[in-house]
Amino acid sequence: MPLILEPNFAEPGRRYFRDFSPGDDFYQLLIDAHRELTDEQSNLLNAKLVLLLANHVGDLAVIREALQRSREDVAGG
Amino acid sequence: MLKTYRYPKYEYRRPPELDHAASGPRPVIVVGAGPVGMSAAVDLLQHGVPVLVLDDDDTVSIGSRGVCYAKRALEIFDRLGIGDAVCGKGVSWNVGRTFFGEREVYSFNLRPQPDHKRPGMINLQQYYLEEMLVGRCVDAGVEIRWKNKVVGVRDSGRGVSVEVETPDGRYAIDCDWLVVADGARSPVRRMLGLDVEGKVFTDRFLIADVVMQAEFPAERWFWFDPPFHRNQSVLLHKQADNVWRIDFQLGWDADPEEEKKPERVVPRIKAMLGEERPFELEWVSVYTFQCRRMQKFRHGRCLFVGDAAHQVSPFGARGANSGVQDTDNLAWKLALVLGGQAPERLLDSYSDERTFAADENIMNSTRSTDFITPKSSVSRTFRNAVLQLAGRHAFARKLVNSGRLSVPSVYGDSLLNTPDADVFAGDMVPGAPLDDAPVEVDGQAGWLLDRLGGRFQLLLYAERAADVDARALAELKTAIPLEPVLLTGRPGGRPGVRTLHDVRGRFVERYDALPGSAWLVRPDQHLAARWRRLEPNAVRAALARATCNE
Repeated sequence: MPLILEPNFAEPGRRYFRDFSPGDDFYQLLIDAHRELTDEQSNLLNAKLVLLLANHVGDLAVIREALQRSREDVAGG
Repeated sequence: MLKTYRYPKYEYRRPPELDHAASGPRPVIVVGAGPVGMSAAVDLLQHGVPVLVLDDDDTVSIGSRGVCYAKRALEIFDRLGIGDAVCGKGVSWNVGRTFFGEREVYSFNLRPQPDHKRPGMINLQQYYLEEMLVGRCVDAGVEIRWKNKVVGVRDSGRGVSVEVETPDGRYAIDCDWLVVADGARSPVRRMLGLDVEGKVFTDRFLIADVVMQAEFPAERWFWFDPPFHRNQSVLLHKQADNVWRIDFQLGWDADPEEEKKPERVVPRIKAMLGEERPFELEWVSVYTFQCRRMQKFRHGRCLFVGDAAHQVSPFGARGANSGVQDTDNLAWKLALVLGGQAPERLLDSYSDERTFAADENIMNSTRSTDFITPKSSVSRTFRNAVLQLAGRHAFARKLVNSGRLSVPSVYGDSLLNTPDADVFAGDMVPGAPLDDAPVEVDGQAGWLLDRLGGRFQLLLYAERAADVDARALAELKTAIPLEPVLLTGRPGGRPGVRTLHDVRGRFVERYDALPGSAWLVRPDQHLAARWRRLEPNAVRAALARATCNE
């Protein structure tokens, strides 16, 4: 399965009336998880989050593509 | 004095109560002649309730202030009789564009569906809206007393005594119900010792209204980190009379008095528009904001509406728009209670439904604020990562949050709803604000929402008007008046029943209508119940529930 690049956030059993709501729900969860943390602690949280989600995805082809795409426009390359 | 607008001055008249005692309590007094207070007054009057409005000033909003009026507010203004005036003077728009640096990364359309009467949004300086509402109040017979400042309020449980200060001295006046629409700082709220809780944001924004000839389209343009205002955000909007609203994020450390000076403002605008474009400064203001609300909007005989009850950040235009929706929700309930047709606890449902809406507005505007002005370095990194990815990937564009513009709440959990027993598809669930649709009435083009509201109505769908179960309609006697409205797939009416022809099939599509389906619609155009078959007893029960009469 290729990397999903279309909007894909949802919560099973929940009904959304506005198309921006599931993505905004995710984004708030993400920012809330970092509240009150120092930058160093936030970096560690982000690293652990990447590892957890990568293991969940499992498919190395998908992970490879995600890594490539996340590197685009970073550090001029 | 503005270059494009002259403030009206409304005449103060000596109130008769200064010379002789008032003759009995008024049914309703509204405190505050802003957009929300006057909407409440007109709405109540249209429900047959005489209204007195007290305002401490004698003119309209100073400065353009709230400029964006969303589709739902426009639909309410249609019901209040000023929709055409507001839309005629205002600038209609549907498209918003978001830029990151110099690149456009995301655009949205507020009205993705065709065939609605009103656009997603219009921009109009608040003083024009207020002037239109004053005119409408006067025409309808609402009494507005200018320079009448409320200085004391006492709720006896059976009514409210109001102490009023005027240029000629003080007087007392009583009412059965007090509608409190006196703004974010609400003196009445303070007099009653009531709290409003929430979050203050530590950021400052500069509003500059400029008059200029510009070929920019009537769209909302929002910049994150533009080259002309690094590390901050900027918003551009078109208003009436070639006035453009520019909103600059300044940061918390900015000095509000310094930043308002033309020698500070003009260079910022020139950096944005270029040196060669002529413009004149119309109005400048520096603001901060809070996201907070009262715990309940009903306190005894006092009913809080608009900014007095709840405040949000301006991103999303959810302030005035939600205030007008408060009054839309309140007016019919208060009229039924005053008429003895519903118990007082119907007014608690006003508080329940509108605190729910306020929470949704506060949540959305807080999220926008957190995205636009990140409060930590990791939050800023995520924000910039989203903006960078948004240039390439659809999923990230959906996460770009430069303001989620005001849309009405679905009162899905309201106690006034009758839960579905039948299966329907689509968004028109009990509690939802109704979608518009083009209809024809006796061959004349019109709109569904123009035919709904102001009373309870029962929509019935049939292929032909003659197909409707005439006996069921005749049996439909209810304690509270209920008007049947037929929607038909084919033209042709039925004597004595309002018939709307679903000329483009949008009603069928949006309401998942089948022949025989029925919908109970509240006076505020929200859905209370729906069925696949008309059963008079079920309709009576749903109507009783929607008015707390069960």
